[in-house]
Amino acid sequence: MAISSASKTTIPFYRDTRILAIIAQVVFALVMMTLFWFLYTQMMRGLDRAGLLPSFNFITQPAGFPISEAAIPFDPSRTYGYAFLVGITNTLRVAFFGIILATLLGVFLGIARLSENWLLRNLATAYVEIVRNVPLLLQLFFWLTMSQSFPRVQDAVDVGGWFYLHNRGITMAWPEATASFTAWLMIWVVLGLLLGVAFYIQRQMEFKRRDRPGVALPWALLIAFGVALLGFFVQGILSQSFPLVLNVPELQRFGFTGGLTMTTNFAALLFGLVIYTAVFIGEIVRSGIQAINKGQREAARALGLTPGQTLRLVIFPQALRIMIPPLTSQYLNLTKNSSLAVAIGFPDLFAVAGTTLNQTGQAVPVIMMVMAAYLSISLLTSLFMNWYNKRIQLVER
Amino acid sequence: MATDISQPRTRAPRPSIGVVEWLRQNLFSNWWNSLISIVLLIIISQVLWGLFRWIIGSEGWIAVASNVRLILLGRYPSAEVWRPQLIVAMASLLLGLSGGIWRGIPLSLAAGFSGIMLLLGFVSFAMPASETPLPISTTLFLFGTAALGAAGIAAAWRLRDMLRWPVVAGWLLLYPVAILILHGSGGDTTIGTNLWGGLLLTLLLSVSGIVLSFPLGILLALGRRSKLPVIKWFCVGYIELIRGVPLVTLLFMASLMLPLFLPAEVRIDAVVRAIVAVTLFSAAYLAENVRGGLQSLPRGQTEAAQALGLNPVQITLLITLPQALRAVLPVLVGQFIALFKDTSLVVIIGLTDLLGAAQAIYTQPQWLGIPGGVWRETFFVVAGIYWVFTFTMSRTARKIESNLNVGR
Repeated sequence: MAISSASKTTIPFYRDTRILAIIAQVVFALVMMTLFWFLYTQMMRGLDRAGLLPSFNFITQPAGFPISEAAIPFDPSRTYGYAFLVGITNTLRVAFFGIILATLLGVFLGIARLSENWLLRNLATAYVEIVRNVPLLLQLFFWLTMSQSFPRVQDAVDVGGWFYLHNRGITMAWPEATASFTAWLMIWVVLGLLLGVAFYIQRQMEFKRRDRPGVALPWALLIAFGVALLGFFVQGILSQSFPLVLNVPELQRFGFTGGLTMTTNFAALLFGLVIYTAVFIGEIVRSGIQAINKGQREAARALGLTPGQTLRLVIFPQALRIMIPPLTSQYLNLTKNSSLAVAIGFPDLFAVAGTTLNQTGQAVPVIMMVMAAYLSISLLTSLFMNWYNKRIQLVER
Repeated sequence: MATDISQPRTRAPRPSIGVVEWLRQNLFSNWWNSLISIVLLIIISQVLWGLFRWIIGSEGWIAVASNVRLILLGRYPSAEVWRPQLIVAMASLLLGLSGGIWRGIPLSLAAGFSGIMLLLGFVSFAMPASETPLPISTTLFLFGTAALGAAGIAAAWRLRDMLRWPVVAGWLLLYPVAILILHGSGGDTTIGTNLWGGLLLTLLLSVSGIVLSFPLGILLALGRRSKLPVIKWFCVGYIELIRGVPLVTLLFMASLMLPLFLPAEVRIDAVVRAIVAVTLFSAAYLAENVRGGLQSLPRGQTEAAQALGLNPVQITLLITLPQALRAVLPVLVGQFIALFKDTSLVVIIGLTDLLGAAQAIYTQPQWLGIPGGVWRETFFVVAGIYWVFTFTMSRTARKIESNLNVGR
């Protein structure tokens, strides 16, 4: 019979796709391994010639270089490994504040691009078109040069007495904790939070019972803040000093005492990153809102929801779903772009690693450490955003 | 009752409104909008007035005017300026020919380019004999390029079908020929890449990055969609590794570690190292874009091709890849824009591209006497150059996108 004879015929192995697939993969793996082996031996030979066999020993040796600004205390006698840690905290600091500020500015920009006010709308468009078409590094250089061309510290520009611009940075008034701070925090702030949360839960249950939407969060926040504020004054009167006092900078002969000073490098980096990333976030917000079907808004209005409720309960939750994935990649971009700090003299992860590399000559381990650090930051950010994304996605059948 | 459909279709009439009504609707529709409008009007007029006074009154423009060659070509020898000029002229001719053949977007690009060249020609012709007079050859070059572009359009308008394939071949050959002309072929004619700089270097890096990363990126995209696990996971690992780290890391790695990977006799110069880094970086992003295009194709395309008896290679080359690339063309232009901006990072590894030229200019000691320095003027001009390129490209991408959607 034709059928059984056909099934008995053995296919030659060079035409069997299953075997071909295995052969292809083995060949590919062999070629790649040979290539990497060749590169590896070449590299080891090259490093041997230079007398620099890769080792991670330098991590425990004293760094011997200062770091101009560190979130955790640092001095040159600390180890390279510790310096690297300082670099990571600096990168995270820029990324953290950058993401928050860029999101705020970006949401504002996105809404401004959809404003019914012709002037505001076109101004936002002009801002977007100018900023996104010029390289970020150029913008960073611009902000750095600009902040360095401010007057000397002694002639700092005074903005309202609490805020000074000068060529070494921005000095501003900053709240400072006093002796009664801990008591205030432990008693009043915690009390306020508990009351706020309790109120919020109670309201939500009420809404659920009556099956109607309502506003709970602003009132809960108001309660929490109100209690904390009340405690602030009560504590202030009881212990003769407010828990927080504003530390106003004062100009002395050699510079400022008090207040908080942001260096020009940090300010330029943060400012540049925020201005640049906000444009992309703004475009995401705009297209997210525009992507929501017009019928949704109309239906919500027809059901009797107020414009505020429509935006909060109908438009925004749906727009958020569209916005989260591209927003994640913008946050990652901001974090990765913060490595441009090396060009404008802010000691972030990459800059510290660069100095380490120059001093120890250990190119391979240092670059491996840098890549591992950025990869973990990227991975953690995307894990968090993916979790959030999953939480708000539409649950379908 | 039959409707008369022979009538030409006309747009719905636009209600014409007067200036006052327009203002009321767009700026002063309620008290809140009026407040915003008034505040913005005050701020905008202040800023524009300040900008105008600065542009008219600043002494700093002399720094830019006397460094035009540094901005455009870096330290490329002045006696050899004809080489980049020759390439620009060739590109202008090709652009003109393409405009004549394909019309549409290429035509507006060609016309725009020739127009800008003509304008620059008049500017350089009319420029008063300043401290640094432009050589007469520059003016001739600018007018000549504009004329070549126009001639290309005119020639291709007539000989449309004859020129189609020669022009495609010309575009493909332009990149290697340009490198050969710029670099020279050994001996005294060679101009080392250490002298290349300014806009020339920026364009070279970004064009090299996109041209060289194209095959690599397509292979990675196909590899990531492959059913063979070894190949798939290798491609996934490469793409995610590269996309997880900043470009600066790769540039550093290329400039420090590339020499180690090669035998001691082989010396590669800094520009090549930067090109390697940019290519490896760009390939990972390109792969993801192409993968998006491949995923957007309906399965029926592949299945139909299989039913017709095409083998997997034919299916990829003739059916899926062309459609995928067409679908992601706007995205690829967007990636090219990003790459064009990102090449400015080579400043960090010590190359003098367009941004590096800007830094070199405002730190020149002869401008110390000018109050406030010349950094504003320099950044303004260099940012303007970047802006013209990227803005043109993003507009082109948007046009391609709308053209693609029309067919749907």
